Amino acid sequence: MNHSVIEKNIGLMAVLIAVVISVAGLVQIVPMLFLSETTEPMEGVEPYPPLEFAGRDIYVREGCYNCHSQMIRPFRAETERYGHYSVAGEFVYDRPFQWGSKRTGPDLARVGGRYTDLWHEIHMLNPRDVVPESNMPAYPWLAERTLDGDSVARRMRAQRRWLNVPYTDEQLEEAAELVDGKTEMEAIIAYLQSLGTAIERNR
Amino acid sequence: MSSFWSWYIAIISLANILACVWLIRWTAKKRPGEAAEHETTGHEWDGLREYNNPMPRWWLWLFYISIVFGLIYLVLYPGLGNFQGVLGWSQYSAWEDEVERVEEQVSPLFASYAEMPIPELAENDEAMQTGRRLFGNNCAVCHGADGGGRPGFPNIANNVWQWGGEPDEIRKSVMDGRQAVMPPMGAALGEDGVEEVAAYVFSLSGRDAPEDLVSRGAERFAAQCAACHGPDGQGNKALGAPNLTDDNWTYGGGLEAIKTSIRDGRRGRMPAQKELLGEDRVHVLAAYVYSLSAHEREQEAGSDD
Repeated sequence: MNHSVIEKNIGLMAVLIAVVISVAGLVQIVPMLFLSETTEPMEGVEPYPPLEFAGRDIYVREGCYNCHSQMIRPFRAETERYGHYSVAGEFVYDRPFQWGSKRTGPDLARVGGRYTDLWHEIHMLNPRDVVPESNMPAYPWLAERTLDGDSVARRMRAQRRWLNVPYTDEQLEEAAELVDGKTEMEAIIAYLQSLGTAIERNR
Repeated sequence: MSSFWSWYIAIISLANILACVWLIRWTAKKRPGEAAEHETTGHEWDGLREYNNPMPRWWLWLFYISIVFGLIYLVLYPGLGNFQGVLGWSQYSAWEDEVERVEEQVSPLFASYAEMPIPELAENDEAMQTGRRLFGNNCAVCHGADGGGRPGFPNIANNVWQWGGEPDEIRKSVMDGRQAVMPPMGAALGEDGVEEVAAYVFSLSGRDAPEDLVSRGAERFAAQCAACHGPDGQGNKALGAPNLTDDNWTYGGGLEAIKTSIRDGRRGRMPAQKELLGEDRVHVLAAYVYSLSAHEREQEAGSDD
């Protein structure tokens, strides 16, 4: 084969380029879709219950991931501050995952149980009330807006249908009733309090 | 990782590296009918002619060096499927080594602190610097950088204690956490009752409130609240029932705040730090918290004499 054959056939060139640049993906991404380490939940990790599920959607909607990561790397400085490093099996029901890539605020992967519900509520309404030097925005509307149970249940059903999150029929049926009318504040606090609690803490 | 995926990764990775070698040699190969080196190829675009120059040597060598580097890396470090690399390095063993190395340095220090009683440790400047950093990282978020508290989170820098200010009591608060259980009394008292009890509680710290409300509130208080807060509202440290007479308020001392506390209850919780920090660090923290109120404690002791 000669250069000119490839250079003069843009279709062939496109195919060959695609082949070349897919090699890294074939090696690094494709096996991850099948390995038990990355596809099976760690012991104790369950699909998000309805209220936490709704809270998670609010977390995504408000763009919390822009300033907060949920990924503790295996460095001592991180495990001292945040707890045990993150493992893949903790994230199998995170669709999409919230690892983030930037920490303007602290990592939240193990924030569950660290503070009280009251602290979170005050902190969401106005972070400066508890942390004077904080530059996090306030989210007062979370306390006023309420959840639509049917919408939450629909989204849970979609996760089961398209993403194989193993919700039972019973869970899906009672989901709407469990969350309907609760505030978004309750939902996001429930979600935050669940984060990273399935694993033993350090020490 | 199953052996299928292990081989899949290893074979594609190595084949890809070999393909790079092949590609670079293939493109460098002379072809029949090709223009001689440094001659023009005969292509011309608007007067621009293309020379048939070889690839720059420095570029070519960099290419070969990175291929060799890649192969050496794959021998030394994990990369080829299940092969762990001859160095046996992993990010987790690197983390363990790092933790172990630092623990070796600091654990004798924390162990020596752990043997010192808290009041003595609270006067050790070096330990208190460590304590201040631990406090800043773990406690300041709720209690404030100076321990002065926030609405809903008690001031622990003064000598007023909901759960007791003795060294062992502070240590226990940090170690195991605390859970306060002020029940919502709104239903039991009714809105009138809430108003009366609130007026009475308001008056306990020496402030004026309408007489009739206070006297009726006092009766209700004796029946409903005294079990935990004591007959004269002095509180009970064993239950974490705060003293209501000292004008020190966790949730605010205004009439409305007191009414809310009575009506809806308060369930303040101090999270346990034992699992998060470990006993030795909690010991240093307890000493640091104890040291925050040292000045006030000395003054009080002085005024008793």
